[in-house]
Amino acid sequence: MPPILELHGITKHFPGVLANDHIDLTLNQGEILALLGENGAGKSTLMNVLYGLYQPDQGEIVVRGKRITVHSPNDAIAAGVGMVHQHFMLVPVLTVTENVMLGVESLTAGVFLDRKAAAARIREISKQYGLQVDPEAYIKDLPVGLQQRVEIIKLLYRHADILILDEPTAVLTPQEADELFKVMRSLVAQGKSIIFITHKLREVLAVADRIDVLRLGKVVGEAGPKTATESLLASMMVGRQVELRVHKTVAKPGEAVLRVNDLRVLDDRENLMVDGVSFEVRAGEILGVAGVQGNGQTELVEALTGLRPTLAGRMFIDGHEVTRASPRRVVELGVAHIPEDRQSDGLVLSYPVADNLVLNTYYLPPFARGVVMQQPEIERAAAERVEQFDVRTPGIQTTAGSLSGGNQQKVIVARELSRPIKLLIAAQPTRGLDVGSIEYIHSRIIEKRAAGCAVLAVSTELDEILALSDRIAVMYRGRIVATVEARRATKEYLGLLMAGVSPDQIAPPEEGEEVQAVF
Amino acid sequence: MATVTTTVSTRMLTEQAHQTRQRVFGVVFIVIALASYWLFARNVDGGLVSTFGLNQGNVPAAERLPDWEIPSYGTVTALVVVSAAVGAYQLARGFGRATSVMLGLVALFFVFSFLTWATRDQAINLAGMLKTMVSRAVPLTLGALSGILCERAGVVNIAIEGLMLSAAMMAALVGSVTHNLWIGLLAAMLTSALLALFHGVLSIKYKVDQIISGTVINIFAAGITSFISSKFLQVFQELNNAGTFQAYPIPVLSKIPFIGGIFFDSNIFTYGAYVLLIVVHVGLFYTRWGLRARAVGEHPRAADTLGINVFRTRYVNVVLGGLVAGFGGGYFTLGSVGRFDELMTAGRGFISLAAMIFGKWTPFGAAGSALIFGFAESLQGKLAILKVPIPSQFLLMAPYIATMIALAGVVGRAIPPAADGQPYEKQ
Ligand SMILES: Nc1ncnc2c1ncn2[C@@H]1O[C@H](COP(=O)(O)OP(=O)(O)O)[C@@H](O)[C@H]1O
Ligand SMILES: [Mg+2]
Repeated sequence: MPPILELHGITKHFPGVLANDHIDLTLNQGEILALLGENGAGKSTLMNVLYGLYQPDQGEIVVRGKRITVHSPNDAIAAGVGMVHQHFMLVPVLTVTENVMLGVESLTAGVFLDRKAAAARIREISKQYGLQVDPEAYIKDLPVGLQQRVEIIKLLYRHADILILDEPTAVLTPQEADELFKVMRSLVAQGKSIIFITHKLREVLAVADRIDVLRLGKVVGEAGPKTATESLLASMMVGRQVELRVHKTVAKPGEAVLRVNDLRVLDDRENLMVDGVSFEVRAGEILGVAGVQGNGQTELVEALTGLRPTLAGRMFIDGHEVTRASPRRVVELGVAHIPEDRQSDGLVLSYPVADNLVLNTYYLPPFARGVVMQQPEIERAAAERVEQFDVRTPGIQTTAGSLSGGNQQKVIVARELSRPIKLLIAAQPTRGLDVGSIEYIHSRIIEKRAAGCAVLAVSTELDEILALSDRIAVMYRGRIVATVEARRATKEYLGLLMAGVSPDQIAPPEEGEEVQAVF
Repeated sequence: MATVTTTVSTRMLTEQAHQTRQRVFGVVFIVIALASYWLFARNVDGGLVSTFGLNQGNVPAAERLPDWEIPSYGTVTALVVVSAAVGAYQLARGFGRATSVMLGLVALFFVFSFLTWATRDQAINLAGMLKTMVSRAVPLTLGALSGILCERAGVVNIAIEGLMLSAAMMAALVGSVTHNLWIGLLAAMLTSALLALFHGVLSIKYKVDQIISGTVINIFAAGITSFISSKFLQVFQELNNAGTFQAYPIPVLSKIPFIGGIFFDSNIFTYGAYVLLIVVHVGLFYTRWGLRARAVGEHPRAADTLGINVFRTRYVNVVLGGLVAGFGGGYFTLGSVGRFDELMTAGRGFISLAAMIFGKWTPFGAAGSALIFGFAESLQGKLAILKVPIPSQFLLMAPYIATMIALAGVVGRAIPPAADGQPYEKQ
């Protein structure tokens, strides 16, 4: 039997980037092929080519031994290829049924939508593959895990038998990810074939039948889950030996720098997102805030940095009340902020690197004298920081928008850490970055801790939380449901807390259990 | 993607907000009742009578309804008492979900009290007034339906004013030249569709800011129609007397007492609005076309990944919207006065967009708001006759003020389609 899918020599250029470079890939009937690669390796691009969203410059696609051309998703769907995108493609104000039937609507009298028939088929599919979901529910009311089910049902509804899942676990807790793996197993057991994209090593080893590793647009290796190890895969993925653990000394916490008391914060739509949170961060320690995205971490950080008004509660930095302080006041108290969304909140993309490096100090000497900016001084400082923080940029007058994600993040880190600070608030500091940049940024954060700075690190990646933190606070639905010593925490334990299981119902892990942090 | 959440305390918080809101409405109802008494009953002689005519048009003597005579003071007082009672109950227990219905009721009582007061010792034709309301609402409804068609697919169309104005002129011109009203109407719809297509090309293909594109069309339409009007239509009268579509009473329905004369004895524009109202509603919510159009207006990328052609869907909807606006434009000439006058749409296109928003981008909601606006217009006309000591401009403002208050407080935030006004970029 020929493989169900073969890609031959797929090549795709973007302006300035060779995203896919003569990629060959084979998928056999009934297997789970993991496509492993760092952010930016070209995984999504390859899959978008296969799905007809991008046109390749070269290469051919062969399905069940027949060469096909894919000009649009319609062609891909016709060939039995379905894709769950990294960012979900669901219409929030429509129901599950409407989302699933969209594009392949069943009709009565040739005109009217037959929602009943569609819902019935959805129930059938739910039953067959263990994907329970209420067909009448609106997408906007469903948690992410269920939305993902809807996406998978969408593919099955279209009779897809080659399923592409692009980083499906990014939005899930470890337990939800395990649930998904079960579903994937049941899908291949019933004859489907799956391409599973991820950059997490644990997941690859847990679920894949075969592993292809992608780096810089090329397939650099193949492995089986039996023979591969995490460190082998990591070095294939990155192209060199990587440290899987962050080295840090024992914390020597000092005075509390940040104190938060019963804080409540609303989001833009007036949902209560932070619901009575109290904690403190001491000098010389890293408090990690773990939680699935959307549980109030964003609003918490925005409130702490003066970007969002608080509803109730009080906050103190170094003894000064900052409950209603402006962002500038917070900055001047010695707070550094690495924002969650570096492109919209961290940088002015259309400004040169040099100006981005003084966004929070431009009005102070030596960068300004009165109202006049001191350009030579700004440039001198910029050159120094670009050097010191290893920002790879053609020059300090290059616009920030044209740098890669990792270098953009380094610009922000350079700006925030190269002035005297007492508290560092780092939100998703390494999201979407390559391993090299992650290592670098982590080492800088730990350096600040060693220098006696208090650090609040917010991340949805458990690996990152475990690698950095001295103590870990888990946020669920706007509350801190538990705070644990990092050396006592395991992924499983934190995962359960993140999923909303009450701490009383879980036995805390044994002290001294091995914790591995892997990227 | 936001995932969270209704915690117990969020629910408590919203519960609290809810209760406060209920209280506020209770107070508002009572204040309206008191104001109603103070304004419309306090100084009214107990013996005065308000007379409302209930017949519209030439009704044969045998079928005429007798005039409706009510004691002015007694009626207003009764309505005040009921409103106050509603307010008291709202304050004490709350009507919950029925609150907005109650608000509508109290507002209606207030307006009727006002009418009763204005008519004390006089007579007005209530049926005639409501009929005027319906015919004023017709172009507004059509404009709003046009807006809904465009915006549901994600294209903001503020050019409806310009489309209607151009259509009105073409209807008069072509209708006069060909001596055929139907050809005039067709020309109106095609003109408007063409302009809409232009808006579509600018905003869908060239991704021009849609507000700017719409504004350009409005300015262009105002200029060119005024020019043609003053150079030709006003000079050569034979180019500007198309005539009007005659009213056609619908056989059985028009015989219903009171209602029949108001709703079922008009010309094709009114009937066309009824039909389009239902067609657009059913089309949007019960057909494949509607589902796809709404998906494109909410999340075009998602629709694209399912093989739906975003651009084509948007073009189709914008042009359909243009046809509907053109039909509405024809009303101004072929449906009412039979000739074109400069800037005769007088901002109705913009008001229809207000009706669309007030109606939360739903056809029936928009038609309801159009009726409210239409009522204000017809009321203004009647009050001039009754010599009410209120400048008529203030009355004309009233429904819009009411709209703003309602939009701010009652209806909740009007949420447009998520991708409304955003050009779609294919990757
Ligand atoms: N639409 C696009 N335009 C320009 N460059 C792109 C586009 N999409 C992806 N790229 C670039 O192509 C490379 C591969 O990206 P992607 O396929 O998204 O990686 P992955 O999914 O493996 O993280 C990256 O350098 C990215 O910046
Ligand atoms: Mg990707």
